Amino acid sequence: MTIDWDWIRRNLLEGSIWQATQEHLMHTVIAVGVGLIVSFALSLAVLRWPRTYAPITWVTGILYTIPSIALFTFLVPIFGLTSIFTAQVALVSYTLLILIRNIVAGIRGVPDHVVEASRGMGMTERRIFLDVQLPLALPAIIAGVRVAAVTTVGLVTLTVIVGQGGYGLFILRGIGRRFLTEALVGTLLAVLMAIVIDRGLVLLERLATPWAQRRRPA
Amino acid sequence: MIRLESVRKVFPGATAPAVTSLSLEIPEGEFVTLVGPSGCGKTTTLKMINRIIEPTSGTIEVGGQDVLSIEPHLLRRSIGYVIQQVGLLPHRTVEQNIATVPRLLGWPRDRIEARVAELVEMVGLEHEMRDRYPAELSGGQQQRVGVARALAADPPVLLMDEPFGAVDPIVREHLQMEFKDLWRRLGKTVVFVTHDIDEAVRMGTRVAILNIGGVLEQYDRPEEILANPASEFVARFLGEERGLRRLGLLPVSSATLERGPVVDVSAGPTEARAVMDRHEVDWVGLLDGNRLLGWVPASEIGSTPLRDLEPREFLVRLRPDDSLRRALDAVVTSRTRVGVVVGDEGYLGMLDVETVAEEITE
Ligand SMILES: Nc1ncnc2c1ncn2[C@@H]1O[C@H](COP(=O)(O)OP(=O)(O)O)[C@@H](O)[C@H]1O
Ligand SMILES: [Mg+2]
Repeated sequence: MTIDWDWIRRNLLEGSIWQATQEHLMHTVIAVGVGLIVSFALSLAVLRWPRTYAPITWVTGILYTIPSIALFTFLVPIFGLTSIFTAQVALVSYTLLILIRNIVAGIRGVPDHVVEASRGMGMTERRIFLDVQLPLALPAIIAGVRVAAVTTVGLVTLTVIVGQGGYGLFILRGIGRRFLTEALVGTLLAVLMAIVIDRGLVLLERLATPWAQRRRPA
Repeated sequence: MIRLESVRKVFPGATAPAVTSLSLEIPEGEFVTLVGPSGCGKTTTLKMINRIIEPTSGTIEVGGQDVLSIEPHLLRRSIGYVIQQVGLLPHRTVEQNIATVPRLLGWPRDRIEARVAELVEMVGLEHEMRDRYPAELSGGQQQRVGVARALAADPPVLLMDEPFGAVDPIVREHLQMEFKDLWRRLGKTVVFVTHDIDEAVRMGTRVAILNIGGVLEQYDRPEEILANPASEFVARFLGEERGLRRLGLLPVSSATLERGPVVDVSAGPTEARAVMDRHEVDWVGLLDGNRLLGWVPASEIGSTPLRDLEPREFLVRLRPDDSLRRALDAVVTSRTRVGVVVGDEGYLGMLDVETVAEEITE
């Protein structure tokens, strides 16, 4: 078996690889973005009412363990076979557990004495959350986003079964036609996208948390 | 002035009150230390003053205003607060940390900048540290930033909870002395929590000794507490070296100094011998006017004029503001068994073991 370089060249030029890249990225960004917003809201609830933590992790935990093929299929009767909602509801569901856990752990991990000193200086609770707890939780939150994003890039390859584009189409079609080049291109590009997003987020974290980068032994 | 009246705090679910019923008046400009065994309610008491903990009952007034009538966050902006773990914002530079309260108060930029520069100097930090993050500072430096931050908006009252508890003993002593000096210059009302009785009596102009449940055992000037413990509990808490601790608080100038066995170098050997006989010692101190030159042993006094002798140095020269504890140490370690006291104007006198002992029992 050999790689069909000509196919790759043709598809790059005609733009179907480029189009799949855009679709794949769009699905990933929407899923992680919406996941982050939903997780944030649920995390706020957990931080305010700690008793909600157990049920929230229980439900999102179950969502997380449902096999993705099954979840896509369950959602078809609700949103239709080719609806973007079918894909997105499933994708977002998978991000929730990891994001909520990291947001809550990040905020709770801010040392008590830092919060107490902030309160003692006369910051309002709202300002403590926005100016102290949230920035200090950033490393944990970004760590969660990295895992969620990488997982989502992988899952988006499956959305082809509910009629969505992306690299999954190459993989599915390549396997069906026993055309190695196409399947391989889809797989490798998905891996590459995951790596690029992951590295990008690491870079973002470094830029957003300069205090955690410089550290001299005291 | 800070006034606590019948203040009580029972934590939810607790069997006994953390603070049972505490009444305490802290006059303006005083440095009051709250001291007592662990868990006696010191921190709880302190935190009720800035409403980090709300009292169950009783009233607390700061500057004549009931603290419960002021929005907590507004109240706290007018009260400096320093805690043991410092609680600097790890994601903010030294400069930004110090500027926290002025920013909350909406000061203009240039005023904040000028104030930060002033404070950095005041607490003894290097200017190049302004751009560092807290993790890049030593424990002592972090605590200095903590103090600067608490002073930033020039609050009349400072609450401090074991502020020097996390640094090593040498740095701690240094910070204590510096902070006491700073307090003398600034004239703030300070409430300072510690579990260390030495720190309490050294720092405080008044000491409040608390027992479990926030029971006030004694509230007085430190010298008074050390001289007359009000209860068995206080006496036990003050521990073994009460007398020495008291000496640590009293300045040399508070003792009655004697002129001692000294002669002027212009005097003759005969007079020197007469002085030694009168004091029953085998040495004599030599003065040149007001200047103390040193001492010579009896064996070296013959027919040579005193001016031509080579006097030996007194190893320790005390100053009037040195503590009597230091004086006692000088006395027992010196060959001559006296401590000589020299002020800006020259020789002031000397003291011996007896003089110091009188101060202990007074
Ligand atoms: N937030 C709290 N909830 C319940 N109990 C507390 C709380 N804070 C302090 N206590 C209890 O109140 C008592 C006094 O505590 P504290 O004021 O911290 O003592 P200290 O500072 O003198 O060591 C202790 O028995 C302590 O366990
Ligand atoms: Mg305490």
